[in-house]
Amino acid sequence: MATLTEPAVIDQMTPIPFKVRSVREELSHTFTLELEPPNGDFKFKPGQFTMLYAFGIGEVPISISSSTTREATLLQTIRRTGAVTHALGRLKSGDFVGIRGPYGTPWPMEQAKGRDLLIIGGGIGLAPLRPAIYHALENRDDYERVVVLYGTRTPDDILFETELRRWGDRTDITTLITVDAADRGWYGAVGVVTRLIGRVGFDPANTTAMVCGPEIMMTVTAERLMEGYAMAPENIYITMERNMKCGIGVCGHCQFGSKFICTDGAVFPYAEVGSLFQIKGV
Amino acid sequence: MTEDTLMRILGEQSFFKGLRPEQMVVLASVASEVEYGGGQEIFEEGGHADAAYLILEGGVALELHVSHRAHHIVQTLHESEVLGWGWLFPPHRWSFSARTLEPTKVLRFDAIQLRGAWEADCELGYEMMKRFAQVMTSRLAATRLQLVDFYGNTH
Repeated sequence: MATLTEPAVIDQMTPIPFKVRSVREELSHTFTLELEPPNGDFKFKPGQFTMLYAFGIGEVPISISSSTTREATLLQTIRRTGAVTHALGRLKSGDFVGIRGPYGTPWPMEQAKGRDLLIIGGGIGLAPLRPAIYHALENRDDYERVVVLYGTRTPDDILFETELRRWGDRTDITTLITVDAADRGWYGAVGVVTRLIGRVGFDPANTTAMVCGPEIMMTVTAERLMEGYAMAPENIYITMERNMKCGIGVCGHCQFGSKFICTDGAVFPYAEVGSLFQIKGV
Repeated sequence: MTEDTLMRILGEQSFFKGLRPEQMVVLASVASEVEYGGGQEIFEEGGHADAAYLILEGGVALELHVSHRAHHIVQTLHESEVLGWGWLFPPHRWSFSARTLEPTKVLRFDAIQLRGAWEADCELGYEMMKRFAQVMTSRLAATRLQLVDFYGNTH
């Protein structure tokens, strides 16, 4: 008779309870859970995600939005979209959630050393990029220019606005924000995020781009970097999301062409997945 | 401002890159540099479009007056970008208002003189029309993406 501890896959499918230290409302539809690992330690790399389990409701894959080194707690920024995320949003300090992971491929922070970093986020897509930004700032000498471009719907939808403004005041990082729509009173940029690219300095031949946002935003951005700046698709990274279930490459729910998003990604070089975006239904 | 200075400024702008020196002379002859303070109106929606602009420094909001929302910003334009093409086609009216977001410096090209120069030198006119068409296409594509409202359904 098999025991629960024998097969590795069962271990990987068993969530570990993390205590909710705080729930922070970021935007009207977005919140951040601050979670305490049971043994006070949780190692992950920028770009990785966990499977977050709202007990009795279900699991969802959520990117980690905290620094890999700074906090002892784990931050996960979540948009309320369905039953599980709404249940997670109702959690209070002292409650517990189940965590599996961390899973997935990280942003290429090692490969990008000595290069310009062009970090482009759209909407809540800034959350998975934030650990990469923290990493770049904590290891600033490892990189040349660091540029953060962020696009969102309106000025009321700017995620991590205080931090973006703080980065904007620094001289060792360039940060620009744009929104799709605004009324008079907004003194920032209005327009799609790709229009910010031409306003910042970077060396396309020595740049690693990291892009996260809605799929259409990522493809448009990647195509712009390739066509307008002759960037190689190998140097453009995006992070994908599909309907993940197991998170460990077993169930096939997140299959994207020949890839499993959960184990082959979620961070991919555009060279590996760009052509799949052209195929309807994939 | 001397024509030499204007020629130098034009030469620094990517929009004019590749034009021949004699074509640049023609453009410089109808251009002038204008400075605006922050929050100033450059032109008004519905007004007579009597000039083309290229932003040298600063930023400009294109605004649409909507009845229930005083002024909706459609797009912002920044350094090295062309501002306005209402002057190109009859009835030569601005479709939007243009207001500076900050102190802004622009090159202003007199519309009547500019159209006249292009009519007189069709090669220059065709070249500039291609460049303006490229800007229009790019802005139209950007506007379509804004209309998609993709952040409304982000992950």
